[in-house]
This record gives sequence, structure tokens and C-alpha cells, in this order.
Amino acid sequence: MADARAKTAEILRSDKTALLDDWMAGLRKVGGDQRISDAELKAQVNGLLSLLADAAGQNTDVASEAWRPVRENLEEISRARALQGFSSAETAMFVLSLKQPLFSRARTALANDAQAMADGTWAINDIVDALGIHTVKAFQKTREDVIMRQQEEMLELSTPVVKLWDGVIALPMIGTLDSARTQIVMESLLQKLVDTGSEIAIIDITGVPTVDTLVAQHLLKAVTAIRLMGAECIISGIRPQIAQTIVHLGVDLQGVTTKATLADALAIALKRVGLTVSRVKPTLGA
Amino acid sequence: MDRIPILRMGDFLLVTIQVDMHDRLARTLQDDLTEKIERTGAKGVLIDISALELVDSYIGRMIANTSAMARILDAQTVVVGMRPAVAITLVELGLSLSGVDTALTVERGMQRLRTRLGRTDSADDHHQE
Repeated sequence: MADARAKTAEILRSDKTALLDDWMAGLRKVGGDQRISDAELKAQVNGLLSLLADAAGQNTDVASEAWRPVRENLEEISRARALQGFSSAETAMFVLSLKQPLFSRARTALANDAQAMADGTWAINDIVDALGIHTVKAFQKTREDVIMRQQEEMLELSTPVVKLWDGVIALPMIGTLDSARTQIVMESLLQKLVDTGSEIAIIDITGVPTVDTLVAQHLLKAVTAIRLMGAECIISGIRPQIAQTIVHLGVDLQGVTTKATLADALAIALKRVGLTVSRVKPTLGA
Repeated sequence: MDRIPILRMGDFLLVTIQVDMHDRLARTLQDDLTEKIERTGAKGVLIDISALELVDSYIGRMIANTSAMARILDAQTVVVGMRPAVAITLVELGLSLSGVDTALTVERGMQRLRTRLGRTDSADDHHQE
């Protein structure tokens, strides 16, 4: 095995230029790509090959310290590709396509010794597979980071508290309510109550697709917290199906003012604040 | 500080909690407050907890109990200025303080007490006296 390792390193080091050309040819065959220029690809391949040759000279354990530069290089390439919009298969193929040129070289170099050739082939296979897996792992990680970031952004974007009138604020809720979201929504709403000194808060649930017992419980908690602060809460935007669901679930919404639309809620809020809306004669042709 | 001051403002008593409550302080406050209501014949109590940052279930229950005690002694209680974090904590603890009246600020609380006691304006009050 040790012999095979030495040979592998030897192969990687000896004719780098030829190997580079072969690899590039292999990559092009898989599918020429517009997203990355030829020169850029060549630079990537070249850098990776040098690092590979260095690392393979020390040992064949991809997880070891000697291989760290290779792993970091691969992570960087895979991160860049994830952001450029490559699929995970394409990114994996980038590494796996190194196999074929390496195998053909092993065959030439070890043609006389079947035993050594089998060992060498196995060693190459091992290394390239490990590198491929590592690349896909890094790719996946990048994608997950993107998803996490988007989730956080969505959370912040989806909880605006708006002032409707002096002393009346509203919170149009959009999307599914879970515990984490309710917590954030509740905090920002209560803080806004303090900041604006509003007496009435309207929670509009037109944009909430489903209401189950958990969501109803969250809503009730918000209503209680608002009352504790010394303000009033009106829930509006309850669709017919949701009204049916709430009753079927046996959720007790007594003691909570509910209205069908935001307009109705605003009307009653203005009344409680002591304001009336009246129609004035429109001035024609102002 | 081993006592919380209770200020008298006409018919009302104003209790401002400026420090974090511990259990003994809460008990002392209940004793002092009930005694003072009895002595002064106050009709309304304002408990300002805007400086209170920490609550536990005991303090939460204490607020509800104090309010109930005052009601028995014929004084309406309004709890004012609860912080958002405190409100959330109480809700999470399952304490909804359903019998307690609340208001955003001391001024609004005072207004609320007046309307509940059937008085429209402080100027009118003064006039009648």
C-alpha cells in the first residue's frame, strides 16, 4: 500500500501539465459551461492540483492535517459554485472527473505489476471519493446558510407594526405563526405600544393561512400581554373558514374583540378613542 | 430600602415601585397599603410598575392579590406602566391577572380611575369639594 501511495504522489507530481490538460478535457466533455470562464476554471484546477501533489506526498488520509489546504481550497471552490448557481451534481462532477485521467496514468505507470496497479487504483479511488464527498458537504453547507439567512430576513420583514391613527396601531400578520415568530411579533408590538403610547392595537390575521389550537393560543397570549400593558386588542381579518375552525377546535375567544375586516376594527378603534368619521360634501371641481 | 413609599393624592394613593421586588418587600407593601387605604379612605390605588424589570410568579400573584384586597376595602386599583418584557413573562407564567385593571401611563391610569368613580374632570372634583 505504501508503495501505491508513493506512486500516486509520483503520478500527481510528475506530469502536472499533462494531467491538467486531461482534466480540463474531461471537464469540458461533461459540459462546457457559460457560468465560469475557461481561464478561471483552469486556474482553479491548477491550484487544486498543486495542493493535491503536496498533500499526496505526505500521506493518503484526506482527513489528516496534511490535506487541510486541499480541503480548504475545495470548500472555497464549492462555495463559489453554490453561489453561481451550479447544482450539487455538477459540483461533485468537478472533482470526480479527476478520476479518469489519474486511472489512465496509473495504468501506464504500473502496467507490469497487476498487484500494484490494483492497489494504486484503489488508493486513487479512495482519495478522489473522499474529496468529492467533502466538496458536496461544503456545497450543502453553503446552501443551508443561504436558507437560514433568508429565513431570518423573512422573519424581520414579515412583522411590521404600523400606526393607523393617533393611539391606534396595527399589525398585519402574514404567514404561518409559530412560537418563534409570535415571540418576535409580540415583542415588537408591545414595544411599539410603549413608544407611541397607543391605547388600541389591532392584530390583522388576513394573511395567516391556517389557525390551529397552537396559533389560537399564541394569539390569546398576545391579547393578554397587550391587556396587561394597559392597552386594548382587537383581532381582525378572520375569514369564514377560520371562524369555523376556531369554533370546531373549541377555542374560547370570549373577552376578545374580533372583527371581520380591518376597516371594521379601525372603525371601532376610532370610536373607542373618541373620534368619529363623517362625510363632508365634496367640493366639485376644486 | 425596606419599604415602598405610598403617596396620597386626594382620593387616590400612588405606589411607585422603583426597586426590584423581593418577597418580603411585597408582603410589607400589602400590609402598608391595606392599612393606608383603611386609614385614609382612599377610593383609588395606582400601582406604577414602570421601573420593575424582573417579575416571578410570586410578584405576579402579589399584584393580583393586592388589587383584590383593595377592592374589598372599596378602592379601585389600576396597574400602570407594565414593561413589554414583564407582560410577556407574566403571560408565559400563565398569569393573566384577569381581575386587574391596567393602563399605559400614570396619567391614563388616573383618568381611568376618575371615569370608573364616575367623575368626569378633576376641576369639577375640586369645585364640588
